[in-house]
Amino acid sequence: MAILNEEQEMLRDMARDWASKESPVTEWRKVRAGGQPEAFSRDAYSAMADMGWTGVIIPEEHGGSDFGWLSAGLVIEELGKTLTASPLIANTVAASAIILGGSEEQKAAWLPKLASGEAIATLAIDESARHNPAAIETSAAGGKVSGTKAFVHEAHSADLFVVAAKDGLYLVENGQGVSLSSRKLVDLRSHAEVSFDDAPAQKLEGGGDDLLEQVLDRARILTACEMLGMAQAVFDTTLDYLKQRVQFNQVLATFQSLQHRMADLFGDLAQMRSAVEGGLQALDSGFGVARAATIAKAEANRVLHAISREGLQLHGGIGMTDEYDIGFYLKRARVLEASWGSTPWLRGRFAGISGY
Amino acid sequence: MATQVDSAAASEGDAFREEVRQFLAENFPAELKGKNNALASVEGPTEESDAQRQWREAMGARGWGTPTWPKEYGGGGLTKPQARILDQEMAKIGAFNPIGGMGVMMFGPTLLEYGSEEQKKEHIPPICRGEIRWCQGYSEPNAGSDLANLQTMAEDKGEHYLVNGQKTWTSGGQWADKCFCLVRTDRSDKHKGISFLLIDMDTPGVEVRPITMISGASPFCETFFTDVKVPKENLVGEEGNGWTIGKRLLQHERTNLSGGGSMARLMGASIADVAKHYVGTDADGRIDDPVLRDRIADFEIRWNSFLLTARRAVEESKAQGGVSEISSVLKKLGTKLGQERAEMAIEIMGLQGLGWEGEGFTDKELAGVRGWLFGKATTIYGGSTEIQNNIIAKRVLGMLDHQ
Repeated sequence: MAILNEEQEMLRDMARDWASKESPVTEWRKVRAGGQPEAFSRDAYSAMADMGWTGVIIPEEHGGSDFGWLSAGLVIEELGKTLTASPLIANTVAASAIILGGSEEQKAAWLPKLASGEAIATLAIDESARHNPAAIETSAAGGKVSGTKAFVHEAHSADLFVVAAKDGLYLVENGQGVSLSSRKLVDLRSHAEVSFDDAPAQKLEGGGDDLLEQVLDRARILTACEMLGMAQAVFDTTLDYLKQRVQFNQVLATFQSLQHRMADLFGDLAQMRSAVEGGLQALDSGFGVARAATIAKAEANRVLHAISREGLQLHGGIGMTDEYDIGFYLKRARVLEASWGSTPWLRGRFAGISGY
Repeated sequence: MATQVDSAAASEGDAFREEVRQFLAENFPAELKGKNNALASVEGPTEESDAQRQWREAMGARGWGTPTWPKEYGGGGLTKPQARILDQEMAKIGAFNPIGGMGVMMFGPTLLEYGSEEQKKEHIPPICRGEIRWCQGYSEPNAGSDLANLQTMAEDKGEHYLVNGQKTWTSGGQWADKCFCLVRTDRSDKHKGISFLLIDMDTPGVEVRPITMISGASPFCETFFTDVKVPKENLVGEEGNGWTIGKRLLQHERTNLSGGGSMARLMGASIADVAKHYVGTDADGRIDDPVLRDRIADFEIRWNSFLLTARRAVEESKAQGGVSEISSVLKKLGTKLGQERAEMAIEIMGLQGLGWEGEGFTDKELAGVRGWLFGKATTIYGGSTEIQNNIIAKRVLGMLDHQ
């Protein structure tokens, strides 16, 4: 755990307390049973907004608290532990696009609403199933964008899309020229193909040539935070299970072959935590963000992948049942691994950044 | 209020930085720039030049070779932020800490915690001045991973202990002045029969034989004790308390063995540079083998997250005080990654990376081969990876002992 200041500790404790009491995995089961395409509880999201979590990286002048990325990451990690479904990551990253690239008018129009939870925003970047920001065909002309975005996270609740076109990022309100087609993935969260057909759009003119990459790095790091929470939860649950399950008249935790597998995962988890916190600290310092984001997401992918597989295996048959939560983590894990950069893609990027 | 305190601390830091700069300007010999010290070297001591001696004595007199150790025993008495400033300023001009070795890394911190006032006064100052080399008498032929099975006996003869037995893997034994030893003072209790004893290597009855390893000559030795008389005052802590003290020392050892910095130095050039040199690059400057490029990136990402973990452990231990069981995680991860890197380097170089000696190979290539072989020891010594896994499972994760 990074060394936190008092403010950050309070925020983390508050998020931990809320997630475990108000939003345990049973809450996700209720959302799932409800079958709504937006796949989260509006009440829960309002509660998050009331606690200020929707405005953590938004400047105070626009209604946020400007606590920074490490603070945002702490909250998201805690929510990841209990698989709390919400558009918090999507909204935070989309807000960061406006902060980085928006005009004063755009900031004033959107940031207060995104900070208060009154409106929700999300990113619409990729145009195929595999993350590839270099292959964008969506075009913009005369204040309108046209193109189709694949697997947009949290599309069903979005009031505002941050859309990548060939020449930059655009703000598009859900409405005229926008249509959604649901894509139900194994995690049963909100995903949709979103088509923009001459949809009215405003360009984000600021932020420089690499605005898209800057925004994607924020998506990579915050997604890695959710994955860290998930990995920690799977590890803790598995360890508890091994300590209570008896076979051959012994608790499983006494078997050395299992002890050493858990020790391996513990080491992996330590690396994952360091990489993710490194990403958040890079965002707060503004230094080495691309590299740190690549390391954070690549390690999150590697370690959550391993822990979600081993966690299920170590649970034995009971882990295969829908009654147990462990399967939810496995299914969500793969969706997040594939989002904003698969492991091979991230390795290629890392090599490029490192000059080989 | 907070900002006033911060700025006061900052200005104190600036004053100290100025003091450090002045000291370095006056004392660090320019010819030593970028060279490391003899005392901490794995290959063994080299002849100390005048400049090296002058630099060691200057740092030793100031206590800055052991910056955070108490001033009363010859340490620098610096706070941790001050020690960081010292590191930063030395790094800026290519200076280094000339005082190191097992005395600094392992024995000193342990003695400061467990030693008597007399022992601290006797043994700590020469360590701070870099005058004394220490070696570690822990492992025995039948006490490796099962260290507590050690049989070297220290018999109470009233005035002194009479020590008989054999130690092995005493790194640097052939160059050491003194040895901190785990010995048996009681055969009736495996753990509580162990004591922590300090032995002068020039005492009659101490014999050291270097061991030839798969990598060739090495700093590892066998050390034999035959009727060695050791004064009673060389016992650290109580009789029978050696296992507790000895384990504490191992935590310091693990932290150092895995330390990202020293490992990075041992690893030399980046693996990507090795690949660029031996495999070549395409028109875009990429390694001319996409599979290898992917594997190197995979390795480098994991290596970087390890370095971040090592740094995090340092920050956390500063916040919480002292070394912790995270040292087992670092040791396990760092040594495995180091081996993986060495294996990859050899593979990239092909047969050119497997030279033993003689013509046709650069010094670097030959050193790389010896390093690859010697590196196999890293997952065995200091508590093997399997032992680290046991420690993590039992002490950190609370998984129970086999019933």
